[in-house]
Amino acid sequence: MKVHECDAREIFRRHGLPVPDWRVASTADDAAQAASAFEWPVVIKAQVLAGGRGKAGGVKLADSPAEAAAAATQILGLNIGSEPVRRVLVAPAVDIARELYLGVVIDRTAQSLVLMASAEGGVDIEEVAATNPSAILRVNVDPVVGLPDWEARQLGFALGLTGAQVRQFVGIAQGLVEAFVDVDASLAEVNPLVVDDAGDLQAIDAKLNIDDNALGRQPDIEQLRDPHEESEAERRARAAGLSYIKLDGTIGCMVNGAGLAMATMDVIKHYGGEPANFLDVGGGAGVEKITTAFELILEDPNVRAVLVNIFAGITRADDVAAGVIAARERLTQEVPLVVRVAGTREAEALELLDCAGIGAERSMDSAAALVVEAAR
Amino acid sequence: MSILLDATTRLVVQGMTGSQGSFHTRLMREAGTRVVAGVTPGRAGASVAGLEDVPVFNTVAEATQETGANAACIFVPAAFAADAILEGVAAGLDVIVCLTEGIPVLDMLRVMPRVRASGSHLIGPNCPGITTPADGVKVGVMPWAVHSPGHAGVVSRSGTLTYEVVQHLTDLGAGQTTTVGIGGDPIIGTRFIDVLSMFEADPETHGVVLLGEIGGDDEERAATYIQERMTKPVTSFIAGKTAPPERRMGHAGAIVSGTSGSATAKESALRAAGVLVGETPEHAARLLVDRLR
Repeated sequence: MKVHECDAREIFRRHGLPVPDWRVASTADDAAQAASAFEWPVVIKAQVLAGGRGKAGGVKLADSPAEAAAAATQILGLNIGSEPVRRVLVAPAVDIARELYLGVVIDRTAQSLVLMASAEGGVDIEEVAATNPSAILRVNVDPVVGLPDWEARQLGFALGLTGAQVRQFVGIAQGLVEAFVDVDASLAEVNPLVVDDAGDLQAIDAKLNIDDNALGRQPDIEQLRDPHEESEAERRARAAGLSYIKLDGTIGCMVNGAGLAMATMDVIKHYGGEPANFLDVGGGAGVEKITTAFELILEDPNVRAVLVNIFAGITRADDVAAGVIAARERLTQEVPLVVRVAGTREAEALELLDCAGIGAERSMDSAAALVVEAAR
Repeated sequence: MSILLDATTRLVVQGMTGSQGSFHTRLMREAGTRVVAGVTPGRAGASVAGLEDVPVFNTVAEATQETGANAACIFVPAAFAADAILEGVAAGLDVIVCLTEGIPVLDMLRVMPRVRASGSHLIGPNCPGITTPADGVKVGVMPWAVHSPGHAGVVSRSGTLTYEVVQHLTDLGAGQTTTVGIGGDPIIGTRFIDVLSMFEADPETHGVVLLGEIGGDDEERAATYIQERMTKPVTSFIAGKTAPPERRMGHAGAIVSGTSGSATAKESALRAAGVLVGETPEHAARLLVDRLR
């Protein structure tokens, strides 16, 4: 789950990061009024979850209430990614002497946290990683031990900081690691972390993603979920225990297991079709779940045929077959349906489908070839 | 021979009294697995329907002492699964298979140093388990009927995709020494390289199918290992060529971030290491069968 900048700022500040004051506004008038509380100029920033908002025109400076209102009007009229801008953040503009990067992510290989820092802040860090990887300094951090002073200090010196700046940096780096652990983050980032004209460090941006598996024990963070982050269909899927992602093709897919669901999409493509969605019904798929899955797939107007591909292990194939039959009876829409079932209780499933007049394929390849033909 | 499990495996099931735990314990026994104990804290002495002869203990330590268990299968909810892993490690078990999906990543980061420092092999979490068909040992939830004894090794990040390929291997007459589902999470106990090195050392395994997916770089690391160390043929299928970037595809670990973790990058790394990469899962199975002829 992604957290908005304004909420991430609050969390970072709670962990001692020097985040300058800000206000949030959802209209141009409110933005102008909020700006008047600060010294001019102010910066006005779109609050969206998508990246690349600077390039999309979602960040502007303003030197007066009129300019602030005009900038806010422009930004509030933007779509960034496919996301309409609903709110802006207003903060005093900082005179920037240097821009640094600081971030914490999971290091899958080392199986620890990794703190990354770079003297090349303010730009896309992926780009730095691709073009100049040695410009990114990395320190693995044990989440139980935390970031030791000496390691944070060493990193501060390596970034070219001096004296009091290094002391500030140690607090910031340790605070960011603490914040990451505290909220079960999957990414915590300050880009840029700036040195201002007075030589002080300030965190003027905040990015925070949360580990979806940990939301159950992070009720305060769950509260920060932007209902617009996922589509209505994705929200309903999540509530039903399904994993659904809409794509642009014409063949709806219903599969059990994430790996097989991805493989099914790939095999459809291999036979010349385009998948309309990723949909993992998970283990133990009953009638309700399968009906919801069908509804989600068929609500997509691009869908011309549906492939059900189930390899039952923890799931029972006959339960799935019963679900498919019941769901089909409830649906009013007629759409070509290709079913492939295998695994636990396969024979019983095939018999059920046969009685209901639904032909079943035994192999994934033949099923995919058939559904591609049906969608033409 | 096989890897990880064999005829000497004596299994304790953590969470055996739950509905999933008891259902799959019965299936594991039907496959031939020697299930010697169940553990559910506070339920010592409980009798589980269809498993009346399997004693239930409060702790893994007791179960191990009383029954000589040397492997565990964990059916414990995500919030308690990391603790269950630590309990198995403390009891000195050789193999711990954790099926649980949805464990917070930080829990796994806290647990892994202890696992690595121990002699235990942790498989998973978020995995289907392990089978060794010749010995009649299954620890996990795989459909037993698709397996057959033979000389192919299978290692996979996905559950159902593994069944798919094992079924094809069996249909094509290529049985398996061991199949290992290593799990779909970003932080897992045993990775491709660990399993590949076991297959390389196992005289009964003549070739391996590696089933990867988008996210992380374990496939790339496996490619380097295969090139430098492996003498046996390896074929592969990588799921997720059609997956959009920056979206988590079901598995917590299956996400293409920026330029890293794409299926194409993994396929080219594997090809460069001499691995035959299939266009479909069935194709990957066929390629191995052809190489083993």
